[in-house]
Amino acid sequence: MTSAVRFQQVSRHFGQVRAVDGVDLEIAPGEFFAMLGPSGSGKTTCLRLIAGFEQPTSGHIQIFGETADGVPPYRRNVNTVFQDYALFPHLNILDNVAYGLMVKGIGKAERMKAAGDALELVKLPGYGARRPGQLSGGQRQRVALARALVNKPKVLLLDEPLGALDLKLREQMQEELKSLQRALGITFVFVTHDQGEALSMADRVAVFNDGNIVQQGTPQDIYRCPKTRFVADFVGSSNVIAPDLMALLGGEKRWASLRPEAIRLTGDGVEAKVENASFLGAATRLSVDLKGSRLHVMLPAGTPVPDVGASIHLAWQPADIHYMDDAA
Amino acid sequence: MTALTMSGGKTSILPGRGGFFGQLSDAFWRHPKLLLLLMLTPPLLWLGIIYIGSLIALLLQSFFSIDDFSGLVNYEFTLSTYAQLLNPANFDIIIRTVVMAALVTVASALIAFPIAYYAARYAQGKWKALFYLGVMLPLWSSYLVKIYAWKLILAKEGILTWIFERLHLSWLLDAVLNLPVIGGNSLSVSYLGTFIVFVYIWLPYMILPTQAALERVPGNLIEASADLGATPRQTFRTVLLPLALPGIVAGSIFTFSLTLGDYIIPQIIGSSRLFIGQAVYAQQGTAGNVPLAAAFSVVPIVIMALYLSLAKKMGAFDAL
Repeated sequence: MTSAVRFQQVSRHFGQVRAVDGVDLEIAPGEFFAMLGPSGSGKTTCLRLIAGFEQPTSGHIQIFGETADGVPPYRRNVNTVFQDYALFPHLNILDNVAYGLMVKGIGKAERMKAAGDALELVKLPGYGARRPGQLSGGQRQRVALARALVNKPKVLLLDEPLGALDLKLREQMQEELKSLQRALGITFVFVTHDQGEALSMADRVAVFNDGNIVQQGTPQDIYRCPKTRFVADFVGSSNVIAPDLMALLGGEKRWASLRPEAIRLTGDGVEAKVENASFLGAATRLSVDLKGSRLHVMLPAGTPVPDVGASIHLAWQPADIHYMDDAA
Repeated sequence: MTALTMSGGKTSILPGRGGFFGQLSDAFWRHPKLLLLLMLTPPLLWLGIIYIGSLIALLLQSFFSIDDFSGLVNYEFTLSTYAQLLNPANFDIIIRTVVMAALVTVASALIAFPIAYYAARYAQGKWKALFYLGVMLPLWSSYLVKIYAWKLILAKEGILTWIFERLHLSWLLDAVLNLPVIGGNSLSVSYLGTFIVFVYIWLPYMILPTQAALERVPGNLIEASADLGATPRQTFRTVLLPLALPGIVAGSIFTFSLTLGDYIIPQIIGSSRLFIGQAVYAQQGTAGNVPLAAAFSVVPIVIMALYLSLAKKMGAFDAL
């Protein structure tokens, strides 16, 4: 099957800065693909390369099997939802949404109907006559989405589209985006620096660092088996155990990761001291001091929570220890 | 002062600041409108009484008439002075001036846009400084000097004729000068010459507001437009131009009204046919017909008012 998007050794250099450096990437049709990484890691540049705002310094990009070298953005059947939405301030909402159809020469009646349908799809019917300035951030975000979707793109690019929304709205939009993507079957490429967002929404995640992809895989893969220390650190919630401590605990003298929920409290494990306990609702997270290193332990609700300062014993299955490369 | 002595030299929570100026700034802080009033009164007096007042005086003059025999102003309300504007000779002056002002404005906008676009989108650091210097530099030298310099450039014995000769293009210059209406004996005595100098003199006033407007257009709107499938031409027409229009209109207010009122450029460069400014000058000076001069000077005011309301109706200020 042809990939929706394919990068072959793609680099984009800005003078001395190697924003993207030899990236290989394949995104399957209909996939929800997340590019995750800290700022400056090259994920947004990759998105802009797909959109056509940037041209690769070297390497090739194919979109649905067609080579995109030298193809300008307006000749690509790819649409973008911009980080700050980039709605046209001089047009009302309906004209904003119909813009893509208007420039393609689609008749007024037809494009207004399509734009109205798109607004309905993003749950903003009846907002057509307003100006972008009169909408809230969340509403503008939906308009930006409708404006892209009305063109029926082959690939929809989303550049941190939820970054400016507050938490509740963000969680709601995450679900809506996910179900929208399932319903439409369009390939979504989603850039974010929020690991929770990437893991919860995407079918597959690529973790970026320093202009390159460090690890690609399903959210479960990335979470359970981080390839390097950087991935474990960035994806976050896992415990990263230094080689010295690993040796002390009787393992290999290598970097390892251990998920907080894989640790159990027992009567006869390694001894640790409780430093802090945070109640999270469905679970309680303990911060413990294990031989001078800080570890997190996730206790499911219902388990008795030890006091801060108490001495406890920890145990886990050897299979839960996951060794990684040292690359930070 | 008092707070300090009261607290016996210790630091107090609400240390007072004594002295006249301390009290003054406290008073202003408590009554912000007082400061505003104090700052606005002098300019408002100036604008309101001296400027608007003299404008009204001028307007009143235009409703008087002049006695043909005595040459004295007849202080009785009449519209006969305005009727005089419709005399073929006077009406010609108005048409000539308005057409010139419109052409100068259009030409300035066409020349200014690419320059302003470059400055707003691409120029950075020292190139931007160079842009501002290049646009402003002509404004530093005397207006009269520039116009006389142009007279020399455009004269029959001037450098332009010489260049055309050297390039073996004299036929082209002659063909242009042979055109009816805009041509003439040489560029310096033709409407074309007047036009060129008007455009040169007022161009900075078009470039700067256009550039300011373009600078406010976020770059990602251009990208969004391309992303949605608009070719660069469509992006220009449907995004860039509408958003830059308030700036262009602001610039056109300058170029249009300055051309409408100018009386020096057409006097030094061009055919000897009058423009509104010259008519005002002649009527209130040598002819001593102040009412007609006043009526003439009301014309640009009315035209500008019409122009602005038209621009507003066409949505030129929607993006503001």
